[in-house]
Amino acid sequence: MKKLTLLFISACIVALLIVPFFLKTYGVHLLTTWLIFIIATMGLNLTTGYAGQKSLGQAAFFGIGAYTVAIFLKMGISFWLGLPVGALICFLVGVLLGFPALRVQTIYLAFATLGFNTAIWLVMRNEEWLTGGTFGMNNIARPSLLDFNLDNNRNFYFLVLFVTLVMALLLWKLIESPWGKSFTALRDNPIRAESLGIHIRKYTLMSFAIGAAYAGVAGGLYACLVQFIDPALFTVGASIMMYLMVVVGGPGYFFGPVLGSAVGVVLPEWLRFAQAWYLFIFGTAVILLMIWLPDGLLSIPERLRSKKLAKEASKARSLKAIHAQQSSNQEGGVSL
Amino acid sequence: MSDFLQLLMSGLATGSIYALAALGFTLLWQASGTINFAQGEFVMLPAFIMIVLMQMDVSFVASVALTCALSVFLLGWLFKRGLVDPLFKYGMMPIVVATIGLSIAMRNGVRAGYSAQPLNFPSLFPENLYHIAGVTISNSDIGTFVMALVLVLLTQGFITKTVTGRAMQAVAQNTESAAVLGINVPRMIFYTFAINALLAVAAALLITPTYLAKFDMGESLGNKAFFAAIIGGFNNSNGALLGGLLVGVCENLAAAYISPAYKDAVALLIFMVVILFKPQGLLGRKEERKV
Repeated sequence: MKKLTLLFISACIVALLIVPFFLKTYGVHLLTTWLIFIIATMGLNLTTGYAGQKSLGQAAFFGIGAYTVAIFLKMGISFWLGLPVGALICFLVGVLLGFPALRVQTIYLAFATLGFNTAIWLVMRNEEWLTGGTFGMNNIARPSLLDFNLDNNRNFYFLVLFVTLVMALLLWKLIESPWGKSFTALRDNPIRAESLGIHIRKYTLMSFAIGAAYAGVAGGLYACLVQFIDPALFTVGASIMMYLMVVVGGPGYFFGPVLGSAVGVVLPEWLRFAQAWYLFIFGTAVILLMIWLPDGLLSIPERLRSKKLAKEASKARSLKAIHAQQSSNQEGGVSL
Repeated sequence: MSDFLQLLMSGLATGSIYALAALGFTLLWQASGTINFAQGEFVMLPAFIMIVLMQMDVSFVASVALTCALSVFLLGWLFKRGLVDPLFKYGMMPIVVATIGLSIAMRNGVRAGYSAQPLNFPSLFPENLYHIAGVTISNSDIGTFVMALVLVLLTQGFITKTVTGRAMQAVAQNTESAAVLGINVPRMIFYTFAINALLAVAAALLITPTYLAKFDMGESLGNKAFFAAIIGGFNNSNGALLGGLLVGVCENLAAAYISPAYKDAVALLIFMVVILFKPQGLLGRKEERKV
């Protein structure tokens, strides 16, 4: 099973390496956007899916990353410095926000992060000297690596693919570590986790800040991909969309964000003809998904497996009952 | 000083509308543990139903009455039956996510199916301005404030004074004991949903004349209502009133005296301060954690 998964993953990576050669500019652009949203929602999946902290402010961190890179480039500072600095700022802001916000749980946290997103959006819109206000920032240059020209869409795609894989690997290592196990312990039963010596405050804060840093990296890449950013990209609505991507894919499943981002980014493009009705359909689909599959799309295999197990168990039980009856009939010698 | 009083008055008017939406929100939470992310859209939809009815030459009063009935059916019964009941057993978050989906569907359904433009809505109150001791107060501000206040107090009177209301409270406090005492629990929960729907219609009547009817009008209204409810105290209906008025007034004053551009951050700021020092809200009770 493990080997099969590994084989499957390598096949996917090979496919991701080959596919862009068969796509036009727009296809490559879409694929890159997808990867970037995977990074952002992977971070949110850590916060929400693994550590159980409901955050509705991921787009704010995404925006902080994007604006950091854009402002750095405007000041003539390299992208390669802007990207990590953006992630670091997100991490620190995550800690600062998490400190008061994580005093409260679930829905309160959701609102605290939602409000935070509004506040960041207001700063982006109003502080024209820094962010260009509603006009946004344009002509964001693509980075270059040594002599390698990343202006080319396909080359930039490979950079994003590389970053995505690195970030995914880091997340995988984190989740497999005792640290990651503490996150899930905390999600499943905070009080029990606490009594086992897990420092709730510290771990929730870390999961939140790391998730924010992922969004920062994604945002930095996004700014260079689209080369024009304005506050409208980073609204509360965008955060809610990212949250829904995690939920639709399957929170707490490593590959949930991959599927979720596809639904949130690629599918709308594909269903362009539906345009105005797409979001209506999407919203309705979310309701139906919650009713039938509250654990997301990736819970389907598990659900089928448990259904099969239940069926086998009930079959075994009924067989046993028949046997028992037969033997009791033989013993008693009286038929019913 | 007169400026201040004027700002205070219009802040109270806006705040009382927040309070209406927030009250429905806390009632739903108390009765059924439902957090309705589509609360803002619950105000938007009746506004559009009324507009459609009036375009079909139905008189104003008749269309309000029809909208009340339709809202109780759609936002009360259908919402409870179709979304809350099947999800109730999974806990709070799936309902939250589903109502987020609902809000997206409602907002974009109205945009795609009816209109993306802001539409006018007739005012309930004649446009008069009063000048009292140098303070100019508009008729609609007073009317909105008084009407919202009366509705909030009526709702609370109904819940605390009538037999049905007390039964609803009993269900909210302890469902099992209420059932043992012979209270029809599902019906009481439905009543709460119906009241929420009616409050939404009232909020729509009061807010649309000033802010116009638009498919996304619910977004900021819903957010403010949530913040108001949490600031006042999630498990206390008086909290909704206090929170709503507080947010409305502070917002208005901040817009005038500090910065209009950051008006929308005021609710967040109060909210942050409140949850830092009193996470259960100004008037709320603390809830025990269970293993």
